[in-house]
Amino acid sequence: MNDPIQRPLLVIAALIAALAGLLAPASAQDNAALVQRFATENFGEIANAVNALATSGSERASPVIEALRDSRLVYRQGDRAVFIRQADGSFADAATGAAADAGATRPVRLNNNVRRAIEAAMGALTLMHPDARRRAAAAEAVFKSRDAGALAALTQAIGQERDTRVKRLMEEARAAIVVADASAPDADRITAIGVIQRRGDQDALAMLGSLPANTTASVREAAETATATIRRSLAFWEAGQNVWYGLSLGSVLLLAAIGLAITFGVMGVINMAHGEMVMIGAYTTFVVQQAIRAIAPGLMDASLFIALPMAFLVAGAIGVAIERLIIRHLYGRALETLLATWGVSLILQQAVRSWFGPTNREVTTPSWMSGSFEIGNLAITANRLAIIVFAGLVFAALLMFLKRTPFGLQTRAVTQNRRMAGAMGIRTNWVDALTFGLGSGIAGLAGVALSQIDNVSPNLGQGYIIDSFMVVVFGGVGNLWGTLVGAMTLGIANKFLEPYAGAVLGKIIVLVLIILFIQKRPRGLFALKGRAVEA
Amino acid sequence: MIVARILANGLDRRVAAFLVALVAIAIAVPALNLLLPPDNPLHVPTHVVALFGKYLCYALLALSLDLAWGFCGILSLGHGAFFALGGYAMGMYLMRQIGARGVYGNPELPDFMVFLNWKELPWYWYGFDQFWFAAIMALLVPGLLAFCFGWLAFRSRVTGVYLSIITQAMTYALLLAFFRNDMGFGGNNGLTDFKEILGFNVQSAGTRGALFAASALFLALGIAVTATVTRSKLGKLMVAVRDAESRTRFIGWRPERIKLFGFTLSAVMAGVAGALYVPQVGIINPSEFAPANSIEVVIWTAVGGRGTIVGPVIGAVLVNWAKSWFTVALPDMWLFALGALFVAVTLFLPRGIVGMWDQWRSGRKELRAVGVGSAEPTVETPIVRAKPVSAPALDASAPQPAE
Repeated sequence: MNDPIQRPLLVIAALIAALAGLLAPASAQDNAALVQRFATENFGEIANAVNALATSGSERASPVIEALRDSRLVYRQGDRAVFIRQADGSFADAATGAAADAGATRPVRLNNNVRRAIEAAMGALTLMHPDARRRAAAAEAVFKSRDAGALAALTQAIGQERDTRVKRLMEEARAAIVVADASAPDADRITAIGVIQRRGDQDALAMLGSLPANTTASVREAAETATATIRRSLAFWEAGQNVWYGLSLGSVLLLAAIGLAITFGVMGVINMAHGEMVMIGAYTTFVVQQAIRAIAPGLMDASLFIALPMAFLVAGAIGVAIERLIIRHLYGRALETLLATWGVSLILQQAVRSWFGPTNREVTTPSWMSGSFEIGNLAITANRLAIIVFAGLVFAALLMFLKRTPFGLQTRAVTQNRRMAGAMGIRTNWVDALTFGLGSGIAGLAGVALSQIDNVSPNLGQGYIIDSFMVVVFGGVGNLWGTLVGAMTLGIANKFLEPYAGAVLGKIIVLVLIILFIQKRPRGLFALKGRAVEA
Repeated sequence: MIVARILANGLDRRVAAFLVALVAIAIAVPALNLLLPPDNPLHVPTHVVALFGKYLCYALLALSLDLAWGFCGILSLGHGAFFALGGYAMGMYLMRQIGARGVYGNPELPDFMVFLNWKELPWYWYGFDQFWFAAIMALLVPGLLAFCFGWLAFRSRVTGVYLSIITQAMTYALLLAFFRNDMGFGGNNGLTDFKEILGFNVQSAGTRGALFAASALFLALGIAVTATVTRSKLGKLMVAVRDAESRTRFIGWRPERIKLFGFTLSAVMAGVAGALYVPQVGIINPSEFAPANSIEVVIWTAVGGRGTIVGPVIGAVLVNWAKSWFTVALPDMWLFALGALFVAVTLFLPRGIVGMWDQWRSGRKELRAVGVGSAEPTVETPIVRAKPVSAPALDASAPQPAE
């Protein structure tokens, strides 16, 4: 293996040996002969011995080569008997694995050349490992190394492979070897490029970008076409990933803003304490989980389902209390309401800080919300997916509530024309209180969701409040669809700007765009039309 | 002298008395600090001079917000941004004055630029080695920002809560921007470690005394300007826009121009306050842009009494004095106290301390007369009186935007 010219010869030799190994499993005698070749000082010989053993198909190949890798392979100088030093210090015969008395030994030495041989051999050996994940990892390793020495083992492994996913990886690895081999026939290489193109990721691009120098024009051309195709598909997937991140951010914004939009729409007041309702929802989750841990640890996976109604009730009750105690007295003075609710937010923040401490509280993520899966090249984490689904459900439930229930009807009536609604016999101050409670309760639900992806600290709400305002201002009030469109637009715009401008600058650009947008549509995208606006 | 001229024009007695008092403390406090020995019972310690110098800057900031909110009805939740911009202009001058005395000893570049491996001064730092340039910038930058922002916002009739929220977005965007190291304003740490101003050591008692006197005099100037403007015809129009924007427009005035003037003047005053503040506290960093700071300014104004001239000054000093006391004595209680203040003032003291005082002082008869006057505006006097007593009656009935 020292000499590059030797390589093709070795490959052929290995191929023959592998075939021979396949036909007739090595006997104990063969094992002894193979193993004995390690008893030498010559590094080249040792590397050859590694190759021979690896391709022999012997069941002793794996333990012996592993022992060599870990410098646990020793030999007796006199009779060239080879032993493996076990973890407990005793010795075992390398050829049979039986315990043996070694006596005076010296280790089989390693250099980088031998280590490379070991690596390739281990790769080949792992290709037949019983565990599918190990086989897949080995195929990946070969794909990256493009080690021609593994070709034989790979071909053999492909023949045996049952798992289609692993088989595809192995075929890609084989294609990589063929593409990188300038001496292979052009037709084979072009077919192999097709296999790699189907893989279509960054590694495939790198692979096709580093063809050997003496590659023919036709192969080069095929590689370039494949590269272009892969680039297109990568750009597509990247856009898809951005949309996904944007949807995820958008649904977080939607959850945080939708309660705000309802209260703003109905009462014309901005609730600056809305962020604190989110924070209280998150702390409710924490308390519920603490209680479950103490009483019924088995219910931990269901903790969020218990926390949801609790958070709704707690935050909603606080919301109703704020409305009854403070906001009711400030009716018609929107700007003063803003100040008073800001005061409430300071008090709530400090109360939580005094009660639970200023540091982050740990909220457990249920097992069904952890982990991730892939669709194409899209990595999708379960907790983000859960939040998107949850935001959608909350939105749909709210929509149904406002459209299909008597209370929803009254709420919409008050939103459109408060005095006329009052004249029709709707008790507008009840509607105010309940709407404020509903909006706060939804903020509490948002808090349960956010506790899964953000730090539960007294400042949790502060981080979302300005973004929620932006959503409401952008989307317009009095129309839930405006909030949905606003949240999703801002989420996706943020995530598309991030790769170009960076996270902070992207956010600044979005803020400036909103400020400019307000000039064009001072009442947001979906503004209420008619007299109500001028009231 | 400007004070004398304004007095001659017949300011209201309270404002005049306040101006005289401010000039008096501008002379007396530094004198008591510098001339009397420390063991004299009348000696004012240097740290008290520095502390109250800071309060005077806050008072000017509160006054500037009062001009926008109390008189024009523009509730800006981003006035801290103008204050901080003025402060950064002054901070850049002070930074350049450090010269080669920085940690890295670079005569051209401030330390943080050397640290970031910048090779030359960015273009927007040129000129800041001159005091006059920095002083002009401290007025111009906040003024220009307010002018552009106001021009866009008022022209398209963004009012009420929407306006408050986008002013908040403005200061938040600036907060994020100034946090970035690439902006060239020192990033997270801001500008600090100042050595001297106009050749005087910023730490010395003499400089502190002078800065205190300057703050008091600029506050007096601010009060004089605000009083003059609000007593003029323009000031009456401002109040008209505040109380009934649509009606003012229908009569034939251009509310957006009136508001733009008020907002820009207010931002310039805030910039002056920031420029005076920075040499006294010795640091300016992006946290001055935090939306919470700007909202706190609103409560100073509200406590003192919006729509009055001396109210915001009293409010700013009182609230900040309370804050200093709380953060030492009961640090955990401060946010409770501040939050309760917000709620209590909006619920029980909508006109602030000064407004309540006026109400208490004025007799029943006068109150009734004003109530009748504002309920039935006559054709001859379509503009609402500027006196704060008239504010509540109108406030409650005034059509608030986004209701």
